[in-house]
Amino acid sequence: MANKEKDVKLLGFWASPFSRRVEMALKLKGVSYEYLEQDIVDKSALLLELNPVFKKVPVLVHNGKILAESHLILEYIDQTWKSNPILPQDPYEKAMARFWAKFVDEQVGPVCFKSVVKAEKGIEIAIEEAQELITFLEKELTGKDFFGGKTIGFLDLVAGSMIPFCLARSWEGMEIDMIPEEKFPELNRWIRNLNDIEVVSECIPHREKQIEHMMKVVERIKLA
Amino acid sequence: MADEVILLDLWASMFGMRTRIALAEKKVKYEYREEDLENKSSLLLEMNPVHKKIPVLIHNGKSVCESLIQVEYIDETWPGDNSLLPSDPYQRAHARFWGDFIDKKVNVTARRIWATKGEEQEASNELIEILKTLEAELGDKHYFGGETFGYVDIALIGFYSWFGVYDKFGNISIESECSKLIAWAKRCMQRESVAKALPETEKVTTFISQCLGLE
Repeated sequence: MANKEKDVKLLGFWASPFSRRVEMALKLKGVSYEYLEQDIVDKSALLLELNPVFKKVPVLVHNGKILAESHLILEYIDQTWKSNPILPQDPYEKAMARFWAKFVDEQVGPVCFKSVVKAEKGIEIAIEEAQELITFLEKELTGKDFFGGKTIGFLDLVAGSMIPFCLARSWEGMEIDMIPEEKFPELNRWIRNLNDIEVVSECIPHREKQIEHMMKVVERIKLA
Repeated sequence: MADEVILLDLWASMFGMRTRIALAEKKVKYEYREEDLENKSSLLLEMNPVHKKIPVLIHNGKSVCESLIQVEYIDETWPGDNSLLPSDPYQRAHARFWGDFIDKKVNVTARRIWATKGEEQEASNELIEILKTLEAELGDKHYFGGETFGYVDIALIGFYSWFGVYDKFGNISIESECSKLIAWAKRCMQRESVAKALPETEKVTTFISQCLGLE
């Protein structure tokens, strides 16, 4: 067991929801790992060597095997370390979790952040379009403690790293009340539930630091 | 209870082709329904309210959307003796990585060749680079997964029926730039599931030319 920690390495970035969700999964499964913080602007030779195709974090290295793309890494972790399963067994439930996770990263992320920053059709419309997408997730949560049911699962890790602790910090910085309690009671309850989960609360970046970081990203988007 | 499987699709969709191929590989009987994207059916809007896009796979009344998610669903629901994905977690992740790469890179770039004015040259150069990356991944293997036809082959092969479009509007020749990839595509076309799922290249090229008002 002595060298187990060195068997798993994670290249990540502290403010990246994609990298934080992998840390949540590793902690959930009780896997020891060596964390290597990356500079995502001035990329290390190691990162470029391990992920030449996309040149991004997170990258997981397990016994010399290299994995990139957070959703794939989460599924690999789930299949390799069997405790506290993240994905359901049923093929339909699994397909649904994958569908919503793709929706969170490919639709909710950009529309609820970059599009709101740019507000090409005005801020009210940008917020309306963002809330339209978030409503789909609100419906998915109805009657459940978590997307995964009674315990956190794949979609909780994906949405949980993206929405409450990344997007929400940017909304806070921009002084936008994107998910008011009266409009999104399920989502707000889910966020409160997530806060009580140790592996989640241990893996979220420091609030003020993240707001500061997100506001820098906002400036970069505005200047682009 | 007999399985009821319906596929809402469009004949020219390289994404729908993936699902058709996977269903055929697993010998799943299904009802194919052609959608008119100018006049979407109420079933499509009900079954894919989030994206309102094809293909939509409806299995016993429950819908699965997104073509690569459908391929995995088909593989897991009808396991049989021909898996479309490897069982080893790392090999599986590797296959899914390339499926994801194809999704993120190929269509977005290829579309710009014919759907956006003034970007044909740049987009076609980028497409060749992307196809060469895939060619390097294929290497000397028979299929992307090795000896057996599988997920990555299924993810990419539909685009082969669109190569005529990219050649014509991008003023390139994918065959001369990526001969190994073309050889792979022809191998895939020998499979009944693929031959039946892919329309003829000429038909797709004519269709797009008509859409652009050029024929």
